[in-house]
Amino acid sequence: MALDVTNVVVEALPRFEGYVYPNESGTHPLWGFLIVLYPYITGLVAGAFIMASLVRVFRVKPLEPVYRLSLLTALAFMLCATLPLLFHLGHPERSFQIMITPHLTSPMAIFGFVYAWYLMAVLLLELWFDYREDFVVWSQKTSGIPGIIYRAFTLGVTDISEKAIALDLKLGWIISIVGIPSAFLLHGYVGFIFGSIKANPWWGNVLMPIIFILSAMVSGIALCVFNYMFLTWVRRRKLDMRCLDVMGMYLFYALVIDFTVEALDWIHRVYSAEEGFHVIEYMAKEKLFYTLSIGQVLVGTLIPLVLLGSLQIIRKYVSDAARKRIYFTCASCILVGVFAMRWNVVMGGQFFSKSLRGVMSYKLEFAGAEGWLMGLVLLSLPFIILTVMIKLFLSERLPTTGHVPHRVDDAVSEI
Amino acid sequence: MKNTFSRRGLLTTLGAAAAGVLSFAAARKAKAAIKTVFVRTNAPKDYNPYDHKWLMCFDVDKCIGCGLCVDACKKENHVPEGPTYFRNWIERYIIKKPKPGSDAARGEVIVDSPNGGRDGFPPTTIPREEILKSFFVPKLCNLCEHSPCTQVCPVGATFDSPDGAVLVDPNYCIGCGFCIQACPYGCRFLNPETKTAEKCTLCYHRITRGLKPACVEICPTEARIFGDLKHPVENDPIQNFIQKNKVNSLKPHLGTDPRVLYANLDKEVR
Repeated sequence: MALDVTNVVVEALPRFEGYVYPNESGTHPLWGFLIVLYPYITGLVAGAFIMASLVRVFRVKPLEPVYRLSLLTALAFMLCATLPLLFHLGHPERSFQIMITPHLTSPMAIFGFVYAWYLMAVLLLELWFDYREDFVVWSQKTSGIPGIIYRAFTLGVTDISEKAIALDLKLGWIISIVGIPSAFLLHGYVGFIFGSIKANPWWGNVLMPIIFILSAMVSGIALCVFNYMFLTWVRRRKLDMRCLDVMGMYLFYALVIDFTVEALDWIHRVYSAEEGFHVIEYMAKEKLFYTLSIGQVLVGTLIPLVLLGSLQIIRKYVSDAARKRIYFTCASCILVGVFAMRWNVVMGGQFFSKSLRGVMSYKLEFAGAEGWLMGLVLLSLPFIILTVMIKLFLSERLPTTGHVPHRVDDAVSEI
Repeated sequence: MKNTFSRRGLLTTLGAAAAGVLSFAAARKAKAAIKTVFVRTNAPKDYNPYDHKWLMCFDVDKCIGCGLCVDACKKENHVPEGPTYFRNWIERYIIKKPKPGSDAARGEVIVDSPNGGRDGFPPTTIPREEILKSFFVPKLCNLCEHSPCTQVCPVGATFDSPDGAVLVDPNYCIGCGFCIQACPYGCRFLNPETKTAEKCTLCYHRITRGLKPACVEICPTEARIFGDLKHPVENDPIQNFIQKNKVNSLKPHLGTDPRVLYANLDKEVR
């Protein structure tokens, strides 16, 4: 038996360089591909919501064409945000304990409540107040299963008088205002789950929640650009170039701030060069070279930064067709880059031993609970849900009512 | 008008439901708090955790790396076989001489722990004349006063017992792995059979019945000293150890305040 065990050690050894604690030397990192997806999806939710808030709270009128699409995107991804976590648990059937017996000093426990608050009190309520009038009108016009769905979603509240609509708009506006800090809290908290781990010099960092929030905004806006362009292409409609330009502008600003803070984080790490810096340096140069230097920095940050930055200066000299291509390229690059960033955070933190004396290798498998096939399925799920939602709630056959969110001021003053 | 009221009614109902869920949560929380102290610890019923304070000390110079402690622990606690599951393990440190012409005080540090040191250590391939010094360091849960692992557990399945042991309730743990990530010392692992977090319990089923932990019992060189601070015996080994040695703990800068103390600890040990 002892010989068998020793053989296993010998076989396992090439995966490591230096010394790792015995309990860290398993064949897979404890947190695998699923945990990479979790902050990625949650970030897209927060970012897409902030995008919608630009219309509702900050009254950025050119973005109206993507307002509802952004909110639906946020909801579709929100519904899937906890799935990777759930599938990863050793005992998923006990997951409800997080909600009913939460341990209040745990970032993960509080995340359960932040998630529930955001889904129930912000996203669903805001969408309901936003859509209520439409549901009432559509349920009268439509028959069959969609009609039943619209009728069910009115929740029996069928009053669409001027006063009632004004109240809807007012409440939606209030929820949206509450929603912005909630979105920050949601993703900041995900950052805190990693940032609070002082045992790990790659994670334990006070800037982590801020970096997560900023990268979430960048990825969320990029996803909205992607979805808007894709949907318009599928429907063979004309893109609203003004809307696209403004989205590109906000994407650029968010990217500049995100890049600045992430650069600040690295400058601080390099300058202070605390214990464990030699491992971090090795990770960045060797283990994570492709995902960090190429994926996150070059593809996800520098290329979009240069392209979008140039467009801010020479936009009027660039044709619509070229701008469309640039926006689509940038959005895709950023979505890849932010995914690489999540990978670097989650996996990077597990590629070195907490003894700070060794590093590990990991090859992503195809099948299995932590394989990339499973990841692909989980990442496709929100898009499938979003497609159904778009069919139901952004249908071209059912025009929406004229009550656009930015007119809330008029509505509020009428009450 | 009627419809306006119905909307308000709906909101009230939703609010009431939320309040109901929250108060239910508070009640369950209180129950869980009581549970953490009294339930599922393998201790006999008459054992009072408030009446003890356990402490573990190591004399690094006495450890010979025989691996009996690792073997005893695996057998006593039914720790899963395999080279990646250990409640305790031994590390071998080999510090090489500085390279000729170098102005460093010491050379490269090489650490290993084949199969956790359970089968002892094979002779090193490093030539004897290149070695400055070599020693063994036993490791187990550091019994932190401010344990980061219990802090992050989302359900409170792992907790600090008043007697100083840090325990896991396997019937309550959801297997998220957060505590394993949070432990700075690599002392926890996910049990592949139960899918829950596992760690050294100081052989809680033994110490609560007046016995020593298996690793302490079997150590042939008395490198491990274990005792109860609240019940010092005559010529108490723990008190003597602390009085006679300059003791240190692992990674003190993290503020975890371990109650596993080491004498003769080299700065290279992390």
